[in-house]
Amino acid sequence: MRVGWPRAVLLVLRRDLVLAFRRGGEVVQPLAFFAVVSTLFPLALTPEMSRLRDIAPGVLWVAALLSSLLALEHLFRDDAQDRTLEQFAVSGQPLTALLLAKTMAHWLLTGLPLALIAPLVAVAYGVTLEAMPGIWLALVLGTITLSLVGAIGAGLTLGARRSGVLLSLLTLPLVIPIVIFGARATELAIQGETYAGPMYLLAALAVLSLTLAPLAATVAVRIGIE
Amino acid sequence: MDWTWFHRLGSPPHVYRIAGRLTPWFAWPAALLLAAGLYGGLVLAPPDYQQGDGFRIIYVHAPSAWLSLMIYSTMAISAGIGLIWRMKVAHAVAASCAGVGAWFTLVSLVTGMLWGKPMWGTYWVWDPRLTAQLILLFLYLGYMGLRQAFDDPQRADRASAVLAVVGVVNVPIIRYSVEWWNSIHQAPSVMKMERPSMPVDMLVPLLVMLLAFTLCFVAILLVRLRGEVLARERTASWVREVIAQ
Amino acid sequence: MNLLDVESLHVFRGRRHVLRGVSLALGAGDCLQVTGPNGAGKTTLLRAVVGLCEVEQGTVRWRGADLRRDPQALHRETAYLGHEVPLKGDLTARENLAFAVGLRRRVDRPALDRALEQVGAERFAGQPLRSLSAGQRRRVGLAALLLFAVPLWLLDEPTTNLDASGQRLLMRLLAAHLAAGGLVLAAVHHPLSIEGHETRRLELGGAA
Repeated sequence: MRVGWPRAVLLVLRRDLVLAFRRGGEVVQPLAFFAVVSTLFPLALTPEMSRLRDIAPGVLWVAALLSSLLALEHLFRDDAQDRTLEQFAVSGQPLTALLLAKTMAHWLLTGLPLALIAPLVAVAYGVTLEAMPGIWLALVLGTITLSLVGAIGAGLTLGARRSGVLLSLLTLPLVIPIVIFGARATELAIQGETYAGPMYLLAALAVLSLTLAPLAATVAVRIGIE
Repeated sequence: MDWTWFHRLGSPPHVYRIAGRLTPWFAWPAALLLAAGLYGGLVLAPPDYQQGDGFRIIYVHAPSAWLSLMIYSTMAISAGIGLIWRMKVAHAVAASCAGVGAWFTLVSLVTGMLWGKPMWGTYWVWDPRLTAQLILLFLYLGYMGLRQAFDDPQRADRASAVLAVVGVVNVPIIRYSVEWWNSIHQAPSVMKMERPSMPVDMLVPLLVMLLAFTLCFVAILLVRLRGEVLARERTASWVREVIAQ
Repeated sequence: MNLLDVESLHVFRGRRHVLRGVSLALGAGDCLQVTGPNGAGKTTLLRAVVGLCEVEQGTVRWRGADLRRDPQALHRETAYLGHEVPLKGDLTARENLAFAVGLRRRVDRPALDRALEQVGAERFAGQPLRSLSAGQRRRVGLAALLLFAVPLWLLDEPTTNLDASGQRLLMRLLAAHLAAGGLVLAAVHHPLSIEGHETRRLELGGAA
């Protein structure tokens, strides 16, 4: 009995989550990196809470961005190396759907946890609890877009040398809008003002990337597994 | 409609010949217009009431900025054509554009900074246009970096083509977000040289320079394209004949 | 009637013109073995047929339909087993099969176990794949081949890492598959002799 693509998508999602949990360390590393980077700024600048509160939006977003980029390297690499990725391409199921499943699994393992522990870091930067829903929402939307756009770079650098740095170099300019809108939304949330404007823009970016990025990522992966 | 001309465009030896023949048609007018534009801009145009003579750098800055964007679009379009219709020559065009585009972006940044120094007292401000040009430079560098990271030239072509297309879709979004960011923070906004409010004798040399730079770019592109085509086809017999001449 | 039709395939890898106008045709019950020295393009040919390689010129047709127009029609009826067995080291053999086959068709536990038994892998089916030897992994790969239940098998050096009994197993599976009307396109270093089936050979030229 033939399997439709929705079921195939769920299978891929489940597989990636199971694999990640079996490897354990992988899930925790981006979070640890996020925490360490966030610690660097007070050490490098000042422990003064009022100044930290001012730079909190920037720190949160840059740290989240860098942590996500680190994790992005593994999105396709493991499967490309043991040849399971090319089996996706010849499975008879739409490759875009399967890759989207992998991207979503990646987000569940990286972006979502980052968004969840961000409030902890925010507290360390003198942010009050009222700001948390706004921070959380902005990071959820931003990290979704990050995973989607990052998948393109991850696919493109599959066959390339020095892929780690190259991946970051390629992806960073493309995600600048996310950082701009996300940090602004976070800043407004921290100041207790309405953040609807930038939040809507962030949501619009997420929707746009959900529609377009998977197609580009599919083309990129096909080139990468040749 | 007879599409043979389009298909001939896909043939490397044909492109090599045509590019060679067309180059002087762009190079000479470019040189003349450059001379005319520079004379008009540096000598004929009156000094700006606010900036004195300092504004004259716009005659290099604005065309380079405009061109840096135009070249990126050209690169993306030809890369897209190469990707979809699998034309090797289209990929060669994209490859030839990259370095030139990066240089023009750099020129626009440097001239922007030189312009800024007398106006704001510092070499750099986070002005939306300068910042957007900086990001554009990163996009170019990323494209060139991706190309170099592949051993297989076909994969280099196709991967960088995807990047170029993704990049060109992103450029308007990036520009919009940078403008938005700038307006939020009310950073020193710049360049009172809004084109509509420019008097004619300032405007005309600017347009002349714009045209001159464009022709210059096409000439450079044609020359680089010939070199690129030769390098790609170096094992083909027609190339050996050309070199033997 | 030919199910698989390959006409004048030209494939470049980088600058190398690896396949120069290769053609072949397979019908039900046919086995074609592709031989040739290293670098001749055996792997490239298989990958081009299944659509993993860019084809410069030429067509691949499955049941008359061009691969470029409808790749999924071919993929749904093809199993491609390359040099390395495409399975995840962190999953057990059983989990790997459940996933790989599950992408194509519903399969239940008894069916998985039957296939594992058939290839002699039931002993280590519950161990993480990473802990298995290369030969054991290939047996699991053969189980996947059985479970896919597809007509066209594209095999790249299928005997790699198999011991004597493993190779006999492979021959038995191939014979059964061909007898049931399946097609086999295999890249091999030394031609395989499959009992009861005449094998055609395609010799690819030396490295360019």
